[in-house]
Amino acid sequence: MAGRPLSPHLSIWKWGPHMLVSILHRVTGDGMATVGFGILLWWLGSLASGPLAYADFLAVMGSPVGIIVLVLISWAFFNHAASGIRHFVLDLGAGYELETNRRWSVATPIIGVALTILFWVAILLT
Amino acid sequence: MDRNSPLQNAGAKGTAIGNVRGLGAAHEGAGHWLQQRFTAIGNLMAVSFLLISFILLPDYSYLTVHAWLSDLLPAFALALLIVSTFWHARLGLSVLIEDYVDDAGNKFAAKALLNIAIIAGAGFGLFSIARIALAGTL
Repeated sequence: MAGRPLSPHLSIWKWGPHMLVSILHRVTGDGMATVGFGILLWWLGSLASGPLAYADFLAVMGSPVGIIVLVLISWAFFNHAASGIRHFVLDLGAGYELETNRRWSVATPIIGVALTILFWVAILLT
Repeated sequence: MDRNSPLQNAGAKGTAIGNVRGLGAAHEGAGHWLQQRFTAIGNLMAVSFLLISFILLPDYSYLTVHAWLSDLLPAFALALLIVSTFWHARLGLSVLIEDYVDDAGNKFAAKALLNIAIIAGAGFGLFSIARIALAGTL
């Protein structure tokens, strides 16, 4: 490795909520970029291909396992969006005070789950 | 050279910042960081449009969804969604590669694969939307 001091990595820090938020941001982003894009492109491709291909898509993604995957992907979006908006606030130079930072770190994943629930309630009710 | 010359400070040596500039995993500056944020704003708008459309669609049958996506606005919005999200994902996955793939050769190979996957994926998405939209109402 580089012969110079490197910034400390995961093992050296005491765990805090902001670390969870940071890791969830990466996990949800990479999850959407892999699994999420796969489903998105399959959906668009099947729509472009015709009713038979779209029926295959609906059969898989409409199954219980498919629905669970869709719920997880939607959660990934809402969680990533919540922590992304937190990034925008931090970019302004705000929210670095220890207590404020901890409070919004705890709130971010809760907001992500709450928006996911709201979204699926809206899907089911309309 | 004059000690206070901006050129002196902009070089790789001479100041504390000059000694560490470019030593991050990406070996470059703020352009990537800004693009990540510009596309993030685009993603928020485009994905919100898609999710609200999912809520408002009466059902998810082929006829309903195909007719919706062959309209001008949804087709346009989804094309923008593809461009913005794939660009954003390319930046995000690049950072993942920079952080965890140390070997220079492997890093080049991983980034080459990533670029091909992103361009192919976005191209497929845009082509599918074009085909749906240009087919018109069935």
